[in-house]
Amino acid sequence: MPETNLPVLKAKDYASDQDVRWCPGCGDYAILNAAQRVAQALQLKRENTVFVSGIGCSSRFPYYMNTYGFHSIHGRAPGFVTGIKVANPDLDVWMVTGDGDGFSIGGNHMMHILRRNVDVNLLLFNNRIYGLTKGQYSPTSEQGKKTKSTPFGSLDFPVDPCQVALAAGASFVARSTDKDRGLVPVMQAGAEHKGSAFVEIYQNCNIFNDNAFAELTGKDTREDNVVYLEHGKPLIFGKDRDKGIRLLGLRPEVVTLGDPGSGGVAEDDLIVHDQTNKPLAMMLATLHAVFDADGNNVSGFPEPLGVLYAEERDCYETLVQQQVDAAIKKRGAGDLDALYNAGDTYTIGA
Amino acid sequence: MTDSPANSQSSTLAPEPLRSVVVRFAGDSGDGMQLAGTQLTDTSAIFGNDVATFPDFPAEIRAPAGTVAGVSGFQVHFAADDIFHPGDKVDALIAMNPAALKAHLADVDPGGIVIVNDDEFSKTNLKKAGYPTPEGSKEPTNPLDDPELSSRFRLYRVPITKLNQAVLKDSGLDPRSVNRCRNMWTLGLVFWLFDRPLDTTEEHLTETFAVRKKLPAVAEANIKALRAGWAFGETAEIISERYHVEKADIAPGLYRKVTGNEALAMGLITAGQLAGKDVVYATYPITPASDILHNLAPMKHFGVKTVQAEDEIAAVCMAIGASFAGQLGVTGTSGPGLALKAEAVGLAVMTELPLVVVNVQRGGPSTGLPTKTEQSDLLQAMYGRNGDAPVVVLAPRSPADCFDTAIDAARIAMTRMVPVILLTDGYLANGSEPWLVPKAADFKKIEVNHPDSPGSASGAATAANGDTGDHAEFLPYQRNENHTRPWMVPGTPDGMHRLGGLEKQNITGNVSYDPDNHQLMTDLRHAKVEKIAEDKTLVPDLEVLQGDASGDLLVLGWGGTYGSITTAVQRARAKGHSVSQAHLRHLSPMPANTGDVLRKFKQVLIPELNTGQLRLLIRGKYLVDAVGINKVQGKPFMVEELESMIESLVGSAASA
Ligand code: SF4
Repeated sequence: MPETNLPVLKAKDYASDQDVRWCPGCGDYAILNAAQRVAQALQLKRENTVFVSGIGCSSRFPYYMNTYGFHSIHGRAPGFVTGIKVANPDLDVWMVTGDGDGFSIGGNHMMHILRRNVDVNLLLFNNRIYGLTKGQYSPTSEQGKKTKSTPFGSLDFPVDPCQVALAAGASFVARSTDKDRGLVPVMQAGAEHKGSAFVEIYQNCNIFNDNAFAELTGKDTREDNVVYLEHGKPLIFGKDRDKGIRLLGLRPEVVTLGDPGSGGVAEDDLIVHDQTNKPLAMMLATLHAVFDADGNNVSGFPEPLGVLYAEERDCYETLVQQQVDAAIKKRGAGDLDALYNAGDTYTIGA
Repeated sequence: MTDSPANSQSSTLAPEPLRSVVVRFAGDSGDGMQLAGTQLTDTSAIFGNDVATFPDFPAEIRAPAGTVAGVSGFQVHFAADDIFHPGDKVDALIAMNPAALKAHLADVDPGGIVIVNDDEFSKTNLKKAGYPTPEGSKEPTNPLDDPELSSRFRLYRVPITKLNQAVLKDSGLDPRSVNRCRNMWTLGLVFWLFDRPLDTTEEHLTETFAVRKKLPAVAEANIKALRAGWAFGETAEIISERYHVEKADIAPGLYRKVTGNEALAMGLITAGQLAGKDVVYATYPITPASDILHNLAPMKHFGVKTVQAEDEIAAVCMAIGASFAGQLGVTGTSGPGLALKAEAVGLAVMTELPLVVVNVQRGGPSTGLPTKTEQSDLLQAMYGRNGDAPVVVLAPRSPADCFDTAIDAARIAMTRMVPVILLTDGYLANGSEPWLVPKAADFKKIEVNHPDSPGSASGAATAANGDTGDHAEFLPYQRNENHTRPWMVPGTPDGMHRLGGLEKQNITGNVSYDPDNHQLMTDLRHAKVEKIAEDKTLVPDLEVLQGDASGDLLVLGWGGTYGSITTAVQRARAKGHSVSQAHLRHLSPMPANTGDVLRKFKQVLIPELNTGQLRLLIRGKYLVDAVGINKVQGKPFMVEELESMIESLVGSAASA
């Protein structure tokens, strides 16, 4: 809570004086806006906040925040974040990355920052394309994608960021889209989570991969193609909120709600979301809405948005600091002369 | 120890005096040769000799026993005079098996002592070591039976395995553990041969096995074996020679033996304390740098935070992140790792953040010779980045000098906002020498100036830099008279600013693609590094260490070749040649007077364990027609090699 004698910061107080240089219409604007709103809602202290990024369109983000910022090198933002947090665990650190930065060149580091559970709010802008290098396919692009570098269609099978994050041991995994009403609350939940909060945001690159997520964000299609995850609530979706997901054995299936007597499924039979249940989270991470060229959902499943998973776990930098504190408590603060004189010393007489 | 035979009774055979001795222990990696060597070193150092050591490890952790690839060696040079290197030629080789003899015999001085464990020269072991089986015979030739060997060396065939077993038959240890004591038995014999007391080793064995590992029986057995080896020398009358090396004339004081990696770790800890900062040491394990991590990891009570990163790149990025957050960020590696870190070091150049990168050089390119020494990363350190990306480069000259150089590197990095690469090498890292234990109070604090508000940046608001000081925004690239920008630390109110790898506008730090600004910033980054040499407390003048300030020949070295060069120049001068010596510790920026020193000599010789990297720099920078002596065999220079090169040059200078 802000102290009463401090001026209340508005969302625009978190914007730097730099001109934002993304393409007009880019989904990044909405995410920037959402971040500033979350900062405002939490009244983040600007001087204690650091935005760190790698390279790519999304990675320009730190320049636009009136906080401390570090626009680092391609794929390596997790290293900088880890170093910053180890050096000063009190800073509130955010990391902004993209599908190429975070899952291609920086895939290795992504796994390690998540397993270490460094306390960071990690925003993955997934637009399924390389924007800054002008339109090559990315590791999250669907197989067969035709781009300048893959005129006959890409051959790589795509990586699934939320699945990787869960498998790597992320303590918080959530998903939203740049246009979604859930974006601010999901980002805020991530910011409030202590530990690595991994938030995948489907982001529209209107220049090189326009409408990649149209069915998930369009006013008319969204409700039928998205299921909002709420802790303790059954998985219900659809414009008329008449569809749900239940488990048949170990297999999830989409069902129509209604009177069991007339072929419907009762609400009580649906999966109830429990964000502390990792096996459930891992299953949800594998569910995707998949669309054909005409926008028909061929997987039949809605795309889960919201918090897939959240657990409390010690943060790496806290543990590092605890070892330092424990050593000082046990041995006293380091004494250089004692250090030099340790080991086998001997005297050479005059 | 009160009942040690070596201390309580003197030997009947009076030792002959010697000025210096080089002993090399060689055996399987599991034979405990490093321990035997270390104990001879410690005992000699405590006795008052000057000492220098050189361990030689196999590249494989456990190469097949008995093979040449699995031989581990440890060379000790102890002397009654100042010595600077572990010795060219071995005076006494201790070979625990045929492979050890095969691998090391060539280094033994003709006429030198060779002690072998006769029991291990079995058919199988001879075959494993690759001794040939002559045609018509089923058995490989035993080199010990070759009369040539006993005529060229003083060969002593000692059944060490059996003698050790006999002594320990009632020890209660299993046969394997009994055999593990052979190194101490052998060391006992070497102690007798060179008239050394046993007490240091006995105390060490008691401390290690009885106190720390709670294995009193093992301690007792080792001590028994040690004494038995000594007694064997005394009573068996197989060896009819004994030597004694007098105390050296060493400056009085409290000493401790340190390896380069140990000294370097202590230097980093000291630097952190002098600056009032935590040391964040992020690294990825790599030979021969890992021991720096091992030495730092237990030092948490000094505020040392070690991170074993997922790879080399992450490690350097963590160190830079730590610096950005206001602590001392350090990463350590060896050659291949420095290649991986290059892009990130460039980012530290661009963001003008402090960073210390330790590169313990090894044989390259690629994976190269991981356990062998080389100086071939100089140009990588100087130039191995994209763009014009100048950094500071320092190189210690001896194991103990790693301590001071680490402090200097951190001081320059933090006071001048610049990445510093510290080039040690495998020879310095694992080699050891006596270190005069310093006093913490004698070190100058590292004054780091973090602004606490936008206007308080160091050097801000001067007419010279065009800053009036009345701005509310922090200007991250506002420089002081040394071209150094302020180190504003996150957490400081109103200090918010953004750094990054894109070119920055001078003063404001905003992203800038302006051509003139890029020219200016490139020039400033160079000038900032060069300016460091104007401060002689940071980069002292190049000194002529031996000889006149002008003359026929200057031998100019850098880094770990110092010891061999010093001895070679001493010997050449003793023969009356006009030779001088200088040694570069600062490779970038070089000392301000470097060109003046070089130009006073008719010839400049640059010995390097590479194909001529410093020579290229010196010729390019000072237009001095330097010649080189270059060796890349994974081994240090032999004094002899340098001496004959020097003589060939001064000979030619005299006739010119
Ligand atoms: S290229 Fe795409 S992702 Fe990049 S700024 Fe433009 S619209 Fe956004």
